[in-house]
Amino acid sequence: MTNVEKKLGSVANYVDERTGAAAWMKKNLTKVFPDHWSFMLGEVCLYSFVILLLSGTFLTFWFDPSQREVTYEGSYAPLQGLKMSAAYASTLHISFEVRGGLLMRQIHHWAAIIFMAAIVGHLLRVFFTGAFRKPREFNWILGVGLLTLGIVEGFLGYSLPDDLLSGTGIRIAEAIIQALPVVGSYLAFFAFDGAFPGEAFIPRIFTVHVLLLPGAFLALITIHLMLVWYQKHTQFPGPGRTEKNVVGYPLMPTYMAKAGGFFFIVFGVIAFLSAVASINPIWLYGPYTPGQISAGSQPDWYMGWLDGLVRMAPPIETHAFGHTISWNILIPGLIVPGILFTGMALYPFIESWFTGDKREHHLLDRPRNAPNRTALGVMSLTFMMVSLINGGNDIIATHFDLTINQIMWGTRFGIFILPPIAFVITKRLCLSLQRADRDLVLHGTETGRLLRLPHGEFVEVHAPISPEKAWTLTSHEQLPALELTETDARGVRRPGAIKNKLRARMSKAHAVSVPKVSADDLKQIEHH
Amino acid sequence: MSNEIEAIKDPGLPAHVHREADTDPKAEKRAERQVAILFGISAVGTLLLIFSYVFIPQDLFIFVPVMGDQNAHQLGLGLGMAISLFFIGMGAIHWAKTLMPDTEVVAHRHEFRSPDNEREDFVKTVKERAGTVGMGRRSLIKKSLGAALGLSALSPLLLLRDLGPLPGKELEKTSWKTGTRLVTDPGDRPILASDLEVGAVAQVLPAVAEGSHRALSDIGKDAVLLIRLRPGDFQLTPEKLAMTHDGIIAFSKICSHMGCAVALYEQQTKHLLCPCHQSTFDVTRGAKVIFGPAARPLPQLDITVDAEGYLVARSAFSEPVGPSFWERNSQ
Ligand code: HEM
Ligand code: FES
Repeated sequence: MTNVEKKLGSVANYVDERTGAAAWMKKNLTKVFPDHWSFMLGEVCLYSFVILLLSGTFLTFWFDPSQREVTYEGSYAPLQGLKMSAAYASTLHISFEVRGGLLMRQIHHWAAIIFMAAIVGHLLRVFFTGAFRKPREFNWILGVGLLTLGIVEGFLGYSLPDDLLSGTGIRIAEAIIQALPVVGSYLAFFAFDGAFPGEAFIPRIFTVHVLLLPGAFLALITIHLMLVWYQKHTQFPGPGRTEKNVVGYPLMPTYMAKAGGFFFIVFGVIAFLSAVASINPIWLYGPYTPGQISAGSQPDWYMGWLDGLVRMAPPIETHAFGHTISWNILIPGLIVPGILFTGMALYPFIESWFTGDKREHHLLDRPRNAPNRTALGVMSLTFMMVSLINGGNDIIATHFDLTINQIMWGTRFGIFILPPIAFVITKRLCLSLQRADRDLVLHGTETGRLLRLPHGEFVEVHAPISPEKAWTLTSHEQLPALELTETDARGVRRPGAIKNKLRARMSKAHAVSVPKVSADDLKQIEHH
Repeated sequence: MSNEIEAIKDPGLPAHVHREADTDPKAEKRAERQVAILFGISAVGTLLLIFSYVFIPQDLFIFVPVMGDQNAHQLGLGLGMAISLFFIGMGAIHWAKTLMPDTEVVAHRHEFRSPDNEREDFVKTVKERAGTVGMGRRSLIKKSLGAALGLSALSPLLLLRDLGPLPGKELEKTSWKTGTRLVTDPGDRPILASDLEVGAVAQVLPAVAEGSHRALSDIGKDAVLLIRLRPGDFQLTPEKLAMTHDGIIAFSKICSHMGCAVALYEQQTKHLLCPCHQSTFDVTRGAKVIFGPAARPLPQLDITVDAEGYLVARSAFSEPVGPSFWERNSQ
């Protein structure tokens, strides 16, 4: 026994005698984690969150969350003598006088952008592979919650420096609150301690940004990870992988070293981006004042789709009985996002309702083997992309020599037309891929070698694929559609006929597939 | 699953393939050295960071090809930090990939559903315990508890009441009154009609008493744009035309959509454009919305000149400025 081993042994002994943790620890240190590149997306979320905590705490040491007016006397000459808020002045101080301060601001902002991108990527992975199915519906909902909180947290974050750009963002947020029927102006006056912008908002959102929401994140992420741990990770289908087992590397040491190493890689990449790619140079925008604006105002990307929806909204307000309702704000700002996010959160339940599948699933779907779901996902993504494009319409217009008018009308129609088109194309594509899989299993791979038959014809030699590959391509199940009759056994129409019809139709659409190859099919081929 | 058709068989986990370093001691040594080199590069990164922090002045700019002028201090710190972190990660992962066990392990899953007898026991226990409380029989207690809990939820709401004042008529008022002078922003100088040439734009604010402070909340409602056209360019109703002075027309600068500053004026088309969501207003037709999501024209301020010839407001805005709200009477 080496010296180190002896020491570790006595520490373990000390802890176990007081907690009885040995059995539990042993079980968990040998816990198995399946490996796939797409499983790293969730890790990126976690690591960038840790980086946000570290860099954000650094920033709080100098950031002064106050809208008190001060005169700038710092080292950035173009702004000297200007009146501005203490928040803006202290952000300039962090950027120009605190050594490494600008780097930390950049790391914080880049980490926020990567955090959000990783959440979206992770969510897409979970969606397209069907990892949200029973028993993992809770974690799906937690994920949707984390995404929503992330959007809010990011928005509050870039509102803190109180530069001309971020103040404009707050102005828009205030207008959304103010547009709420009946309670809007009250809520706005409570949030801002009077008329916009007032002097209370930044101190208030500071508390939310550095205390309340990070606390909520910590709690949700902890539950999220505990569930992953307890329910064990899903795995892709493959030889030796079943619904009843999990195949991968043990936590200690291999997975620990890989995951730990990956944290440093993510941190390193974010530091590199922060070193070379300038982000949010607030000193160029100037201090906020409601009478001015910087042209080409752009929010961070994860808000861009919302901005795009607002931009394309038709100019409709209802004026009646001395009241005003701004549909041009409520529909794109609250109603559409509300429907999207609620639908997303409920999707696992909707899908199991129309497939009638209430079993546990631990093997992932290859996206092509769930054409309807995959098509639905691509359709939603297309909707988001069209909105996002319109969110950057001014920038796109100047880059691609279009007019804003063209982009606006293009996206106003595109938002209705393109998503369904994307649905149809994706579904077809999935089915062709299924067909390709079928051909591959039946006829093997093309070798490129030509063979001349006795009567002179040339044929290409096909090599059969390995049994492992054949299994991977055929191990998925193909559920038939639910048989839902409109009438019950005695010929009486069932209650809720419309609901039933909808369910039957969705079930049918979901079950469309190219039949997978069976062992019988293979035998038949051999006989030829 | 269709049971009649025989499915292709699972061939089982493929045999483990050994890596070079598992079998060849030389390869093992090599891998070990590679890991150490990666950790070594990380250390160099930290040295670069320390060097940049201590020795490179904060205002030193250097030219870097492709990137252009860069702050050397910031770049050194960032690259140093990036190298030091990234290569720790690379080292650890290379170590795991080449030297740590790479045999796949199989663990078993268990269904989460508890066995039926345990579920029944659970339900029985809950029913029994609940029965001892007699919730079902004691409806008076149940109802009063519900009411008390509901009421107690009001207290946090009430306690938040002092977050801000009630809006009252605040959203409908600006500082503009009859006779308020228009002054330049910035500069606070009063304006003669002749100061503005045809085609010119100016941002103005209401004059305030000398030395008094303008709150941003006031600017957020008071900001006004002056634009001078040829009087013949207007296509306005007689009342709206009467609100202009000698070709000078004044609009609230606060967008009627969501309150951004409507800052872009296109001289040729005589359009005002809001950069936030590109609502476009036609100045000649009283800032009528011709494009974008805004639903109302920008409110027009009635202006004239005072005895000394300076531009003043003839009256306050006749409607609230800025974005809509429930209590706004827009008819
Ligand atoms: C998921 C979590 C978080 C996200 C998405 C996020 C996002 C952001 C963003 C985008 C900014 C603007 C940065 C800039 O360009 O200047 C910001 C600023 C700031 N954040 Fe965070 N943040 C998060 C967590 C935290 C935490 C945990 C803290 C502190 C404990 C923190 C403290 C700050 C401070 C003090 C600022 C203002 C200083 C400045 O802008 O330079 N943040 N945040
Ligand atoms: S705020 Fe002006 S267009 Fe939206």
